[in-house]
Amino acid sequence: MKAKDRDQSLSDSRELDGSYDQLTDSIEDDFELSTVCQRPEGLEKLQQLTKFTKKELQVLYRGFKNECPSGVVNEDTFKVIYSQFFPQGDSSMYAHFLFEAFDTNKNGSVSFEDFVIGLSIILRGTINDRLNWAFNLYDLNKDGCITKEEMLDIMKSIYDMMGKYTYPCMQEDAPREHVEIFFQKMDRNNDGVVTIDEFIESCQKDENIMQSMQLFDNVI
Amino acid sequence: MATGVAAWLPFARAAAIGWMPVANCPMPVAPRDHSKKKDELIILNVSGRRFQTWRTTLDRYPDTLLGSMEKEFFYNEETKEYFFDRDPDAFRSVLNFYRTGKLHYPRYECISAYDEELAFFGIIPEIIGDCCYEEYKDRKRENAERLMDDQEENKDSKLPNMNFRETMWRAFENPHTSTMALVFYYVTGFFIAVSVITNVVETVPCGSTPNQKDMPCGERYTVAFFCMDTACVMIFTVEYLLRLFAAPSRYRFMRSVMSIIDVVAILPYYIGLVMTDNEDVSGAFVTLRVFRVFRIFKFSRHSQGLRILGYTLKSCASELGFLLFSLTMAIIIFATVMFYAEKGSSSSKFTSIPASFWYTIVTMTTLGYGDMVPKTIAGKIFGSICSLSGVLVIALPVPVIVSNFSRIYHQNQRADKRRAQKKARLARIRIAKKGSSNAYLQSKRNGLLSELLDLTGSEEEEHVNKTTSLLESQHHHLLHCLEKTTAHEFVDEQLYEQNCVEGAVPLQSPPSRSSSLSSHDGVTGTCCTRRSRKRIPLPNASLSTTHTHTQGLQELSAIRIQYGDEPSLGSSTRSSLNLKTSERSGSNCQGQHITTAIISLPSPPAFHPDSTVVPPITTTSSSNVVKVSAL
Repeated sequence: MKAKDRDQSLSDSRELDGSYDQLTDSIEDDFELSTVCQRPEGLEKLQQLTKFTKKELQVLYRGFKNECPSGVVNEDTFKVIYSQFFPQGDSSMYAHFLFEAFDTNKNGSVSFEDFVIGLSIILRGTINDRLNWAFNLYDLNKDGCITKEEMLDIMKSIYDMMGKYTYPCMQEDAPREHVEIFFQKMDRNNDGVVTIDEFIESCQKDENIMQSMQLFDNVI
Repeated sequence: MATGVAAWLPFARAAAIGWMPVANCPMPVAPRDHSKKKDELIILNVSGRRFQTWRTTLDRYPDTLLGSMEKEFFYNEETKEYFFDRDPDAFRSVLNFYRTGKLHYPRYECISAYDEELAFFGIIPEIIGDCCYEEYKDRKRENAERLMDDQEENKDSKLPNMNFRETMWRAFENPHTSTMALVFYYVTGFFIAVSVITNVVETVPCGSTPNQKDMPCGERYTVAFFCMDTACVMIFTVEYLLRLFAAPSRYRFMRSVMSIIDVVAILPYYIGLVMTDNEDVSGAFVTLRVFRVFRIFKFSRHSQGLRILGYTLKSCASELGFLLFSLTMAIIIFATVMFYAEKGSSSSKFTSIPASFWYTIVTMTTLGYGDMVPKTIAGKIFGSICSLSGVLVIALPVPVIVSNFSRIYHQNQRADKRRAQKKARLARIRIAKKGSSNAYLQSKRNGLLSELLDLTGSEEEEHVNKTTSLLESQHHHLLHCLEKTTAHEFVDEQLYEQNCVEGAVPLQSPPSRSSSLSSHDGVTGTCCTRRSRKRIPLPNASLSTTHTHTQGLQELSAIRIQYGDEPSLGSSTRSSLNLKTSERSGSNCQGQHITTAIISLPSPPAFHPDSTVVPPITTTSSSNVVKVSAL
C-alpha cells in the first residue's frame, strides 16, 4: 500500500511538474542528472592497499572530496585542476596522459581509490615502483615498450606546458631532439623501442634520475 | 593559482614523476616542510559561538586575516582558541568561503555591516559568487545613492568663504536658504502667474460697445495689458540677468533648459518692441506671441512635481519613442486600408490616404468625432478592427511610463522625508554631544572652584567634586593636555560671545587657572616697547577669540618674565639670548603689545564639534624672534 501511495504521489507530482512530458513519458530536464555519487572503500581497506597512514588518507580524502563532491574525477575536471598549476602553458595533453595512468580500470573516471593508489606508488613506493609507474605513464598503448612516437607525444606534452614565453626561445624541434637524447641513453640494443628492463637499468645507472626520484619522499 | 585547488598540490608534485626520467640535468632541491604540523582542528570563537575547522582549510587563502599570521593576534592562551569580537552570523559566510571557495551574500544582512566584516577579515568583495553578486551590487548601489543624497545635503551647508556671487547663486537654487531668497521666489512665482493669466484674459471677449462687434479684452484695454506685460517682462529680464551673473559656469547655465525657457519667454516682447510698425512681419509677430505661453514652464522651478514629470519623460524616451513608432505604423496601415475600402462609395470623405490619417487617429484613440465615418461594410469592419487595435497599442507602453514616474516620484518623496528626518536626528545627536562637552567644562569649573576653595582655605564640603568615571577623567585629562599644549582653553558659547563683543581690549585679566600663575596676575608687560599688536583678521569669525588670545599671551608673557627676571641664568636660555639687552633690563613697558601671528587650524571635530573655540597655534614674533609657544 505504501508503494502504491508513493507511486500515486509520484504521478501526481509529475502532472503538476511541467517538465514531465506525458506524451513521451520522460522527464525533460535541461541538465543531466549527474548525481552519481561514489563512495570509496573503507579506510582500513585503503590502508592495506596503500602505504599511507590513516591521517594522511583522511587529509587526502578531504581535499579530494572538496574538489569533486561527487567522488569521482572525470577527465575534464582533471584537466582543469591540473591546468591551474601551469597557467602559462597548455597542460591538457600531459593531464590526459596522467589521467590514463591513474585510471587503472579504464572506466573513464578516476575514483578515490585509483587516485590514492597511484599517489601511494609515487610518494611511498620504492624507486623501482616509481620507475615502473613512470614507464607505465610513457607507454601510451600499454604494450610493454615505448616507441619513439609515444615518447615524442609525451615530450611534446611536457614542452607544451612551458608555453610560448621561455628563455631561450622554444625551437620547433626541441622535443624531437630531446627524444633522440633519451633514446640514445635508454635504448641499449638500439632496436628503436625501450622496454621496461632497459628503462629501469638505464635509470638506475643515471645519478640524476636516481636523485630526483628521491624528491618524492617528502611531498606529503 | 586558485588557492581552492591548493589541496591538489601534492598530486601535481607527484605527477612530476613523468618528467624525471627524461630530464637531462639534475632537479633543484625541494623545499622542506620543517613545520611538519599535523593537520589540526582550530577553534574560532566569535562572540561566544564556536566554529571549528581544520587549519589547512584556513591556510587556503593566505592573504586574508584567518589564513595568515594576523590571526595570532587574536589567540587566547588560556582557552587555546582564537577569539573575535564580531558578529557570528556574518562570520558564517566568511568561514564558508574558506570551506567551499565561494563567497555568498546573505540577503538578510545589511550591506554595510557585511562590507565591514569582509574588510575586517581581509576578503575582497569581488569574489562573491555569481549567484549572489548581482544582489550584492544592487544593494550596494542603492546604499551609495542614499549616501550621495545625504552628502548633497551637506554641500548645502554654508561654506565659510562664499563671496556675494556664490551666495546669490545658492539663494536662487534653494529658496529656503534665506528670507530674501524666499521673497524672491514668491515674487517671481506671482509674476509668472500674472503673466500667464494676462495672456489668457487678453483673448477673452469683453463686453462690446453697441456699435462695434465683440472685442477681445486685449484690444479694448491695450494700454493696461501692455503695462502688465512690460512689468512682467522686466521682472523676468532682471531675474535672468541676475541668474546669469551668479551662475558659476555661465556657459553651462546658458545651455541649460531652464535658461532657454527664460529666454524664449521674454524674447517675443523685445522682438515685438523692435518691429512694431512693420506691416509685413506683423503676421510673424502674432505667431511670436504664442511663445509667450512658454512662461508657464518657468513654474517648473517652483514645482518639484513638474520637474519629476519632465525627468520621467526624458528617462522614458525609449518607451515613448516605441509608442510613437508603433502608432505611426498602425495609422499608416489602417489609413491605407480604409482609403481603399471606402474608395468605392460615393461622396466619401476618405479622399486620400493622408485624409484618412485623421480618421485613423481619431478612431485609434477612441475619440470618434464622427466627422468622417465609413459607409461601406468593409470600411465598417476595418474601422472596428482599427479602434480595437488602437486600444491595445496605446495600452502597452503606458504602464512602463507610469511605473517609471511612480518610482522616481517615490524616490523623491523618500529623499525629502530623509532630509527632514535627518535634521531632527542631527539635532538630537548634537544635544547628546553637547552634553559631553559641557561635562568637560563643568568639571573644569568644579576643579577651579575646588582650587579656590583650597586657596581660601575654606572648609566647605567638596560637594562640587562629583565622582567621575575613570573614562571621563581620562578624557578630561586629555583635553586638559591639549589646552596646555596650545596655551588656549576650551570655553562655552556665552563666554565666547562675551569676549567677542568686548572687542580688541589689550588684556583682561582672566581668572587665574593655576596657583602658579596667580602671582603674575596683572603683571602682563613684556619688555618691548617697539612691538605692536598685530592681529591678522581670520577668515572665519568663529575661530579664535580675544579671550583665549590674551590668555595665551598672558601665559607666554608670564614665562618670558620669568626668564627675564633671572639674568643669572645668563645667556644660556634661548629667550634671553634673543632678547635685546636694552629690553632685558627693565620691565618698563606698559602696554602689552605683542606682535603675534595667528595661524588658525580648522576646528578639530573629534572632541567638540559644537564648541566654537579652536586652539590656534600662536607664535610670538618680535622684530627678530619667532617663538613657538609650545609648552
